[in-house]
Amino acid sequence: MKHTGTHGSEYRSVSPSKISPKWGREEETEIFAQNVRRFRQGKLSEDDFRRFRLQHGAYGSRLQLNYSMVRIKVPSGEINPEQLEKIASLSESFSIGSAHVSTRQNVQLHWVQLEDVSEVMRGLVEVGLTTREACGNTVRNVMCSHYAGVCPNEAFDATPYSKAIARFFIRNPMCQNLPRKFKINFACCEDHGLVRIADIGLTPVVKDERRGFRMYLGGGLGAASFIGHLLEDFTPEEMILPTCMAAIRLFDRYGNRENMARNRMRYLVHEMGWEKFQKMVLKERSIVEMTTAVATAKLFDVKENDSPNLPISTKSSHPLTKLPVLDDHITSESSKYERWIHTNVVSQKQAGYFTVFVTLEAGDITANQLRILAGAIRELSAEGVARNTPQQNFAIRYIKGEDLREFYERLMSIGLGSPGALTITSAVGCSGTTSCNLAITNSHRLAKEVQRKFIELGFDTDEDFRDSTIKISGCPNSCGQHEIATIGFFGGASRIGTAMAPTYTMLFGGSAGEQGNLGKAIMRVPARRVIDTIKEIIKIYRNEKNDDQTLNEWINRIVSGEGIGDIRNIEDMKRLLLRVTQLPSIEIEPELYKDYGNDVKFTAKTARGECAA
Amino acid sequence: MNNNTHTSNVANEKKVVNSTIFGAEDYELPVVCDIDILRTLIRNKAARVVDVRKEEEYKQGHIPTAVSIPLAQVLSKDSPEGIVDILESIGVSDNLPVIVYDDTFGALAARVAWTFQYVGHTNSSLLEVTFSRWKDLELEIENQINTYPRTTHHININQEMHADVSYVENAKESTNKILVDSRERLNFLTEHIPGAKNIPYTMLGSNGNILRKPDEIRRFMENRGLSPESEFITYCGSVGTLSGLAYYALKLAGIKNVKLYAKSFREWKILGKPKEEFKDANYWDLSAE
Repeated sequence: MKHTGTHGSEYRSVSPSKISPKWGREEETEIFAQNVRRFRQGKLSEDDFRRFRLQHGAYGSRLQLNYSMVRIKVPSGEINPEQLEKIASLSESFSIGSAHVSTRQNVQLHWVQLEDVSEVMRGLVEVGLTTREACGNTVRNVMCSHYAGVCPNEAFDATPYSKAIARFFIRNPMCQNLPRKFKINFACCEDHGLVRIADIGLTPVVKDERRGFRMYLGGGLGAASFIGHLLEDFTPEEMILPTCMAAIRLFDRYGNRENMARNRMRYLVHEMGWEKFQKMVLKERSIVEMTTAVATAKLFDVKENDSPNLPISTKSSHPLTKLPVLDDHITSESSKYERWIHTNVVSQKQAGYFTVFVTLEAGDITANQLRILAGAIRELSAEGVARNTPQQNFAIRYIKGEDLREFYERLMSIGLGSPGALTITSAVGCSGTTSCNLAITNSHRLAKEVQRKFIELGFDTDEDFRDSTIKISGCPNSCGQHEIATIGFFGGASRIGTAMAPTYTMLFGGSAGEQGNLGKAIMRVPARRVIDTIKEIIKIYRNEKNDDQTLNEWINRIVSGEGIGDIRNIEDMKRLLLRVTQLPSIEIEPELYKDYGNDVKFTAKTARGECAA
Repeated sequence: MNNNTHTSNVANEKKVVNSTIFGAEDYELPVVCDIDILRTLIRNKAARVVDVRKEEEYKQGHIPTAVSIPLAQVLSKDSPEGIVDILESIGVSDNLPVIVYDDTFGALAARVAWTFQYVGHTNSSLLEVTFSRWKDLELEIENQINTYPRTTHHININQEMHADVSYVENAKESTNKILVDSRERLNFLTEHIPGAKNIPYTMLGSNGNILRKPDEIRRFMENRGLSPESEFITYCGSVGTLSGLAYYALKLAGIKNVKLYAKSFREWKILGKPKEEFKDANYWDLSAE
């Protein structure tokens, strides 16, 4: 294995990396190694060890507890080149030579031997990263829109607030043993960000020249999903900590600790009723305000220098710089570079700067790709860091127009120059049966297959599909965020006679952002027919659509029963799709009884999930 | 270029070595030979340097005084006599220090060094870096093809370094014998010899060195609860290269009793021996390769 990373640069000024925050702690790695030994020697019970292991970000691998998925927290999704390079070498040494970007801005290393987890942690600490509270009943990675700071529509950059919240709650005694995990997401504007599918979601707003947020509580995806509720019109910035603390305290006090299937805060909100919960939060917040020690409150420390020290103004400058393209319209015949520019690059509010999206397949990236990417970020991004995205890609910001070609060439040299990152082709897939105990189907591979096929078909070049998304989970638990996709899928199994086939439940009409909606379940589709089914939907759409209606808009109309062509509602749609989606007997089509990546007959094997442990 | 400065400085600092020690033909090599020792030995014409890359690569430039013995040549002479013949043909007598290098993270060099030691040339060692690294450090390179007058060399088989298939089969019964599979994780998960522990070769090197520092390797063993007092048998997928590197990693960590199952998992499978497989997860689909 050759280490061919590019280090430094002889001809370009290298942007100074920000002082990287020290999320990790050296002593925790040693304690982890000790506890693994104690567990192996029988001195630590399985339950106690599991709780400890999850608290430190090591999740059991599918039907193989001797291996772990190590989840690296990336607060706000911001990750610097040194960290990417370290993850590259850790993935080679202790994992499978590839790393995986998750839908919650974590980076995961899979199939790490339990005995090596402490070594991975040791390496992460060296570059300021941590796995602490990446799993378990804690405040998980605090997400922030990857556009925060560059979004033309944002009120202000939410990143420093997102990091301050992450800093305040990590290792905080008040959230070490919650009834269940707790997720906090920051947006940049009403469109970008997952604020309504988190326990707490925050969108920055300015009111009367005061900074603040619209805060949403009690959302979340899972076997039963809920959209978060708006707490109040405006929560001033100094109130977001007391509000978060109040919600967490109420959840800690009243959350369901008995029934693991219903113990997220969203169930508490649902069972209690929003209005009652809302009143309780506001009341609890005033108690928090009155009783929180000044010293504690000071720990919530919003540092403006958490935003990069850039050589340019980060203030908005309109109009947006036009993409450096020859044609406004592209087809699958356009040059590869043109196609990539159109589908992977957006203008920032900072004049002359662009954000570039690196297309990964279901979030996977090799060690060597990480190294070359790190070099490109160091040399070509003015902020010198990457953000990972819930679409399982990397966003590299502050690239100058004249450097776009160079950036593209570097991506091409390592096989990362695929187009379509911002289009329907960039399918999301959770890890599925590649590593997860709960998975029923190989959603991970299916997402890759969808992406390859749709790029081949040139779907990325069709403007009508641009605002559509495809997201796939391997079970109903929504790690693939299928409920906020235009077309979503979650894995299951269907039985005909004694034969079991891998199938997906297809959902229509989900969306993210502040106006987000959950998708509606439509029908089941055999795993091996998912691609044909989407193609069939697109074929019908092309026949039916009128004027400028995009695929996403058309699907939303059908979901609400307002279609105006031959297809008016979901029932019409189902009738037309049945030809593709029905599952014949195993004798007629044996291939439908095998999942992707398996040549043997499908069985639905699962084991206990560890989210709830 | 900049990232080389550090190591070069270290090399310069360490350059002051006692040339009388290194002048002797019977200087006893450590498990891994560092760059400074090698350069001194070369200057004093007191060692044989063996380049195990392909012959074409050797011809394009190699470490001064090196001879070309591609791994394939060693593997094709699958008898102690054949190997000793190679040693004699490059002018290696019983005690002359032999330092082996490659450009494949040390694995090919390890297999060749192991073979030399096995037939009786115990004074063999691995160079701490690959040829690429040597070049990156801007150390001396030459193009000439080197030959040396033929010598004689005795055969003295070191059986305790070697494990054959029946030895491995019996070892499985013993709790004090540990079978180490040095292939990468996904290959190991797919199938391996029952009871084997996985220490992928990718764990062994770091920062441009073919092997990590001994205390790091010892810590990996300690994490795994493996006692250095145990006997270790390393194997890999085909001809004992990756496991050759693992053999030297364990030696470097100070483990006394290490054996290489040179014919490795390939022979094991051909012979239809039992395997442990793991088919309940589609882990290959996680790789972005």
